[in-house]
Amino acid sequence: MSADVAAADTGAPVNGLGAIIRRRYEALKAGDVGTLPIILGLVLIVAFFYAKNSNFLSAGNFTNLMTQMAGVTTIAIGVVFVLLLGEIDLSIGYVAGVAGVVIAQLQIPDESWQVKGVVAIAIAVTVTALIGALQGSFVAIVGIPSFVVTLAGLLFWQGVILYVIGGEGVIVIEDATINNVANYFFSDAAGLVIAAAATALFALSTLSGVVSRRRHEIRTDNLVLVAAKLVAFTVILFGAVVWANRERGFPVAFLLVIVFLVFWTWVAERTTFGRHVYAVGGNAEAARRAGINVQRIRIQVFMISGLMAGMGGVIFAARLNSVDLNAGGGTLLLDAISAAVIGGTSLFGGRGRVISALMGALVISTVANGIDLLGYSSAIKYMVTGLILLAAVTLDTVSRRRLARSGR
Amino acid sequence: MGAPRVGVPTVHSGADDVTETLAEPTPTPTTTAVPTLEARGISKSFGSVEALVDVDFEVRSGEVMALVGDNGAGKSTLIKCIAGIYPLDGGEVFFDGQKVSIHGPKDAAKLGIEIVYQDLALCDNLDVVQNMYLGREARDWIGRLREAPMEARTAETLKTLRVTTIGSIRQQVATLSGGQRQSVAIGRAVMWNSRVVILDEPTAALGVAQTQQVLELVRRLAEEGLAVVIISHNLHDIFEVADRITVLRLGRNVAVYERANTTQQAVVHAITAGVPTKVAGIAGMGDEPE
Repeated sequence: MSADVAAADTGAPVNGLGAIIRRRYEALKAGDVGTLPIILGLVLIVAFFYAKNSNFLSAGNFTNLMTQMAGVTTIAIGVVFVLLLGEIDLSIGYVAGVAGVVIAQLQIPDESWQVKGVVAIAIAVTVTALIGALQGSFVAIVGIPSFVVTLAGLLFWQGVILYVIGGEGVIVIEDATINNVANYFFSDAAGLVIAAAATALFALSTLSGVVSRRRHEIRTDNLVLVAAKLVAFTVILFGAVVWANRERGFPVAFLLVIVFLVFWTWVAERTTFGRHVYAVGGNAEAARRAGINVQRIRIQVFMISGLMAGMGGVIFAARLNSVDLNAGGGTLLLDAISAAVIGGTSLFGGRGRVISALMGALVISTVANGIDLLGYSSAIKYMVTGLILLAAVTLDTVSRRRLARSGR
Repeated sequence: MGAPRVGVPTVHSGADDVTETLAEPTPTPTTTAVPTLEARGISKSFGSVEALVDVDFEVRSGEVMALVGDNGAGKSTLIKCIAGIYPLDGGEVFFDGQKVSIHGPKDAAKLGIEIVYQDLALCDNLDVVQNMYLGREARDWIGRLREAPMEARTAETLKTLRVTTIGSIRQQVATLSGGQRQSVAIGRAVMWNSRVVILDEPTAALGVAQTQQVLELVRRLAEEGLAVVIISHNLHDIFEVADRITVLRLGRNVAVYERANTTQQAVVHAITAGVPTKVAGIAGMGDEPE
């Protein structure tokens, strides 16, 4: 393999398709499996359930799936950030529940503290973000392991939920704005317009990247690959919208998920903050010596975790049109963490991408949805999800070990 | 040591020294009468343990100064005192002849003093460019990283240092060999208009060929006009690359040798026994005042 540094002057084709495939293969052998297993897994899962029941891919089930997974995906995005630091947040389930309780309380008609739906949502996610920051401070400043701090949070916030709505047991949400978060579906035309706008934005940002690299006279990414990515993005997005339009239409909840994914991917991969999150997760001491404020990064990441848990909680509450004593309970916490891990974010810190929240949530939700569709019990669902999680973590551990070994 | 030293407060007195030095135009790094970095009478205790007692040290631009001594001789402590990681109990640090007070890595970096630590302080999960710019990323007004210029400058820096073994500067540091990692760490240190580069055991844990690569790189840094300090246990490496050798023993100066006028035996003797030997051809005690 010739030196890139030299090749940059000589113009040798180090970014030809052949070279890229060869490099990717080398990386694969070295243990960097990337998104390959998850995509293969998804294809297998979809093929399996489709073979068993052709309703699995019906437009109705598809829109259903999108709204089902919106909440978990949103929470899992926050989990990705926490995992990137090599930390864990066990409180997200009940923190999501707290957000539900807050919006439910704030919209109770004729109460003196009733506010508009949008304001209620804003207040709820602010509260959960502050909860995250508080827990993060204990981790970053006091130095308590995040496992313990957030375990305490899990108990505490569950207690708070029981305390606040224990009397009524359930609060019905009547505010239309809040309920629309999970129950509004775009008209066919609106869906297509949104897809077109998203495609245009994506194309524009890709193009500006290529132009900037050209201007600085460094290797641009392989243009064929760039174009292929763009086409794939367009096809998937328009495909989803067109498919959803055959039924209720594209759900607003999933548009929210896409907006979150794009925004947080941008934060993680294109901003200094994101770069520092990866650095702290990879080698906190190196980050500290490089002048990065490690404590601040930690607190901010737990804040993001709380914020996204709050957003997820709003989506769940809106979907059920109510908040009850089980808010944030059940398998929500474990589903969100599993989603991030199954999607390929390492539990050991420093490796993973925001998109893995979507990938993992897709796996968990398609399995759950498919098993429900086939009429199997929850018992089967839990066992299958457990096995997938184990497989994902095994893959992560093995690839990490191989990566370390291939180093020196 | 003429001037009387008054414990801790003198060291912390000139808080503005750093900025003052920066405000002036940097003198051109030709061969120097004034050492680029000079430490006079450094003392440092940890509890009842005297880690450094009245130690002098200097390095001039364009030279490689080796800092040697047995385990516990105070090499790392001296470096950390100079870098401001440990506060001084006594003594003064001069940069370009001006007294400065350095209170941490940031002050040191502002003056152009960079330290490459033994454990490299690289993030394995980041690529070469990301590591080179860690903590000093180029960004635009909304905080977006400006990848293209960072990548271009990284390639340029590594090319200047003639580091050609790294396949792609967009590959993760985890996949690099020990020598390549050291090259990245050194490249990062010199990319910021540094004047003084301090290398802590740069060849420990490297193979023969890789050691050679790194030593050549160290030599080139001095040729580029930097003041280079190299800490090492390996006298063979030292004699290959250093111009002068400062020997510490039990936290005190033993001697400063000119490499051209001394032998490995003489230096070993100084490290272990603590007195300059009477072997012929030693330049003597350098600028030991007492």
